[in-house]
Amino acid sequence: MSDISTIRVERRRPKEELWKIRGWVSKRSYWTLAALGLAAPLTCWTLLTAFGSVNRVFLPGPYDVVHRVVTWFRDDELLGDVGISCFRVTVGWALAAFVALPLGLFIGTFRAVQAALEPLMDFVRYLPAVAFIPLVMLWVGIDEGAKIAIIFIGTFFQMVLMVAEDVRRVPMAQLEVAQTLGATRTEVINEVIIPSAKPALLDTLRITMGWAWTYLVVAELVAANSGLGYAIIKAQRFLQTDKIFAGIILIGAIGLAIDQGFRLVHRLAFGYLYARS
Amino acid sequence: MSAISCRRVEKIFGSGRTPVVALKSVSLEVAAGEFVTVVGASGCGKSTLLRMIAGLEAYTGGEIEAGGAPVAGPGADRAMVFQNYSLYPWLTVMRNIKFARQLEVHIRDRTSADVDAASGRADALLQLMGLEQVADSYPSQLSGGMQQRVAIARALMTRPRILLMDEPFGALDAQTREVMHDLILHVCALEGCTVVFVTHDVDEAIYLGRRVVVMAPRPGRIDAIYEVPLPPKRTYAMRHSSEFLALRAQILDRIRGTSQVRTDLRLLEKLSRRAAS
Repeated sequence: MSDISTIRVERRRPKEELWKIRGWVSKRSYWTLAALGLAAPLTCWTLLTAFGSVNRVFLPGPYDVVHRVVTWFRDDELLGDVGISCFRVTVGWALAAFVALPLGLFIGTFRAVQAALEPLMDFVRYLPAVAFIPLVMLWVGIDEGAKIAIIFIGTFFQMVLMVAEDVRRVPMAQLEVAQTLGATRTEVINEVIIPSAKPALLDTLRITMGWAWTYLVVAELVAANSGLGYAIIKAQRFLQTDKIFAGIILIGAIGLAIDQGFRLVHRLAFGYLYARS
Repeated sequence: MSAISCRRVEKIFGSGRTPVVALKSVSLEVAAGEFVTVVGASGCGKSTLLRMIAGLEAYTGGEIEAGGAPVAGPGADRAMVFQNYSLYPWLTVMRNIKFARQLEVHIRDRTSADVDAASGRADALLQLMGLEQVADSYPSQLSGGMQQRVAIARALMTRPRILLMDEPFGALDAQTREVMHDLILHVCALEGCTVVFVTHDVDEAIYLGRRVVVMAPRPGRIDAIYEVPLPPKRTYAMRHSSEFLALRAQILDRIRGTSQVRTDLRLLEKLSRRAAS
């Protein structure tokens, strides 16, 4: 007869479930795969340009692109281009948020405002922002205002509807509890709706920031003499494919950095969403 | 004088060609300090009745008075506990409980003595509900039973004269529910508040209520009211007493006789006949 305490329980490593639907994957495997996913196209690209017979004009190698970024930085005011592009995106997006947040809050809170504005917003949202460029140039001119206006048009209408949806998604029970505790209408909005919707609103701002970058390139491709989008279109004229690559990759990197920044703020500001029991 | 008095209350949803009569001529008197439970098949309007007493839903006929005054909207004298999703996830347990304190109705003439009293009250409720350990946790870190205890403590914080409960334990497992039954009886006796408790669980209705109101659907109406023939201090053993079981059988028969379960039963009979032949 064996004493219960002498029975050895064999600890097995949890098994990874790579091909199980929504299965579990260890952290190490996850990051290995992520690194592979990034490295694979980069390697293909390198090999293709190093040993392939692709003309450099059509496909510059990674080294050419890095070299271009360095010379762009040294001789050609890379920081200036990045700065002016960031400025346009931020101002256009911030203006859109400045109007869309209160408006969306009202649409999501009051059915009357929803009835008055939402169908209109839904309509305008489908008008292609790019097609507004000639009008914008006619009305606003061709200076900074025009680019900001195009970014605003591109993001604002989507943003309003998303904000309204975030606000509508606050559970009814949360509002009714406050009402039965004696909260006034203003208090329900300030103490319940806004704090409850905040995390979703920050996500909406993060997503629309991405769209603002898309419209930046559109705006700069058409009417600008500075900025990353303009650099790309100018490089096309001189067949500087490496600069086109550099511009595209820079925009991607900046976008990724901003996105991660938003995620970090989300984690810091809404710790309760990440709290573990 | 009754704490709650409903006289020939009527509720019609929608208008135009096909209005739906949700409640038809419902009359109910609830004495101060009484614990009344309401049961009925789904669609009988029991939640609607409760929400109308809370002032969250308008009634289209008759009158409802709470504490001698007609109900025209939600008020701090009638607190409500919902089934779920009503806690504020961004506030800790303690701040959820104290939520009402920051509302205008409750901060008139605020002195340091008031503040002390409020903190004392919050601490007392925390202790009463067995939540001292989790005062600084967020709702998402608590079990379902604990979350409902927080919701009840929050409702009781401002000493409402009337406590309205809409299937508050409906999402809890059977064991937790039994513990919550004794807890809520204890707390409500201690606080001396009038309680209207809506549920679809007949056992729960009998165990908790001094009286059980049975409602029937289409149109929603009060079908019968039963005095529960059990001593006021309920114990677990009573759940198996002959009085309990007899009343349970009686109420279940009533509900069966009035609900659309009948059509399901007919289908079942047909199926078994077919299987037999």
